[in-house]
Amino acid sequence: MTDLAANDPLPKPKRDIAPVLLPIALALLMIPLIGSTSSWLTLTAASLAMGMMIFIMASGLTLVFGLMDVLNFGHGAFIAVGAYVATLVLAPFAASIQADSLWMNLAVLAPAALLSMAVSGALGLIVERVLILPVYGQHLKQILMTTGGLIVAEQTLYALWGPQIIPMPLPASLRGSFILGDVAIAKYRVLAMLIGLAVFIAIQLVLNRTKLGLLIRAGVENREMVEALGYRIRRLFLGVFMTGSALAGLGGVMWALYREQVHASMSDDLTVLIFIVVIIGGLGSIGGCFIGAILVAMVANYGGFLVPKLALVSNILLMVAILMWRPRGLYAVTSR
Amino acid sequence: MMILSGDPPRSRVLTLLLVLIILALAATPFLFPGAKALNVAAKICVFAALVASYDLLLGYTGSVSFAHTMFYGIGSYAVAIALYGMGPNWTAVATGIVIGLPLAALLALAIGLFSLRVAAIFFAMITLAVASAFQVLASQLSWLTGGEDGRSFQLPELLRPGTVLISKNMFGFEVNGRILTFYLVFAISALMILGLLRVVNSPFGRVLQAIRENRFRAEALGFRTVFHLTYANCLAALVAASAGILNALWLRYAGPDTSLSFSIMLDILLMVVIGGMGTIYGAIIGATIFILAQNYLQSLMGVASKAASEAGLPLLPGLLHPDRWLLWLGLLFIASVYFFPTGVVGRLRHGGGKKTADASH
Repeated sequence: MTDLAANDPLPKPKRDIAPVLLPIALALLMIPLIGSTSSWLTLTAASLAMGMMIFIMASGLTLVFGLMDVLNFGHGAFIAVGAYVATLVLAPFAASIQADSLWMNLAVLAPAALLSMAVSGALGLIVERVLILPVYGQHLKQILMTTGGLIVAEQTLYALWGPQIIPMPLPASLRGSFILGDVAIAKYRVLAMLIGLAVFIAIQLVLNRTKLGLLIRAGVENREMVEALGYRIRRLFLGVFMTGSALAGLGGVMWALYREQVHASMSDDLTVLIFIVVIIGGLGSIGGCFIGAILVAMVANYGGFLVPKLALVSNILLMVAILMWRPRGLYAVTSR
Repeated sequence: MMILSGDPPRSRVLTLLLVLIILALAATPFLFPGAKALNVAAKICVFAALVASYDLLLGYTGSVSFAHTMFYGIGSYAVAIALYGMGPNWTAVATGIVIGLPLAALLALAIGLFSLRVAAIFFAMITLAVASAFQVLASQLSWLTGGEDGRSFQLPELLRPGTVLISKNMFGFEVNGRILTFYLVFAISALMILGLLRVVNSPFGRVLQAIRENRFRAEALGFRTVFHLTYANCLAALVAASAGILNALWLRYAGPDTSLSFSIMLDILLMVVIGGMGTIYGAIIGATIFILAQNYLQSLMGVASKAASEAGLPLLPGLLHPDRWLLWLGLLFIASVYFFPTGVVGRLRHGGGKKTADASH
């Protein structure tokens, strides 16, 4: 883009920071309600970690919708597939997972995560070609087809791995907590936060600093115009869909490690959470998705601490409140 | 044709099928002895009404709701909790109805009004979220709903199997309370389906179809689409709750698995799509095919699975296991959305299926 640069900067779009302040305000508001600072810090760390994992899973969905107007109700399947595939690698190398060496653990975890991403990405290719392409542009059929896809994927997982819950123990070096004074923050949560942040920054960099990202953002705003300029937006979309599926797979691995178990029904609960996040954030907006994920996680964690029984209902309340404030989500990107 | 609201099946084969199904259902207590056949027949009646009410939403307004089982569950639980708490009498049944139906309608109104505020595309997602929250709520409030165990209860004297209304030596058949309950379920389900047929063929129903085809144009013609959609939502919720009441009365039980679970929602979706969206008659066909398959094909799968495992085939035993029934349903579902978007009814009406009643916008 350097050849474009004149000396005077381009006029910048107005920044809308109210949504950014929202989770911060919520966190600060909770200090007096929770009482003890140490539990507040622990809960906040837990929320951030959970939020990052949800963000990783939801980011693909929001882009897929924003770019191509495709409602994928089967997104949860990629999460479950990712988690199951990871067990393929983690189970044979159980010994090096239990070894108390960070590098040895990571040497197994990283390939497992990469394999999961590859498999979910490849599955994304199949799903896009087989399920979404034929019903392109028809919302009703998209919902029906992808719901059907979700059932088939879930049942195939059951058929291949059996209906039982598969344990997925955390690597030895990631167990336990960092203790700072009287605050305990689980090591795995720190790792989850780091990975989530890395994914967020990577997506933002690609979207804002590369030509590919420019095309994607342009496509989200006005698909026909990008097509008119001669870009093959279908191929771009396929790429985004596969990346989104791969990220969902990564999120699945992280979530399975977080819960220390794998089960095909994990996709059901997560699908609902992800939908709420995507709706809150505004369909097609990565920033909104990020804030939405953290908000949802905060409500789940703080709510679970203060009013234990209402964890899932509180998410609905959050969604209602946000949509009352901004009917199209925190950041409305698409004109649809 | 008055009774069908001027909307006959419009296909000879379809008419024949419908007449056959209805006659078979009506004569089940006498034709097919045994508890299982009667259970299957009652389930077909309840689901035909439930699916027809879902068809009002999916087929006629083109909006996908995942909260339909919630209304079904509200009806089931209302009557179950009333009968459980107040004892087996008719006042309890009435209380359940008086509480359950308005509750369902109010909730539908709230969801409808709320989703108006947001983009139409959110509707499916919001209903999914609300339904799953409701499911959690129902399992958490165990003092009221019995949690995962649900609530079983006794029916009023008249409807109990022990009550003999017409003894065996009169016609050779014993008519007891159980059979009376069956006919109650049958008659109310039939009435509800006829009522829905009336609704979709009224001017109101035409407006719904106009909204399905092009919401913007319907609005431009001066129809308050918001009002129409919310009204359709409430109507569908009312019928679903009534079907739930019938279901609870028949099973003498209401629990998460029989009245709230997400798999029932999938079943409903499948029945609508297989039967044919936007036809109401499709609900009867879809429910019959699906429930017959569910009850009789599943055991066939078990046999096939065993045969495959004895033959030493890899993978097949797992895939054919009766628990993997949903896998084949899912495949069937995708195939029917793809190849037969108009379902059985659409196929029978238009032969080759040239005219696709695509309900997307």
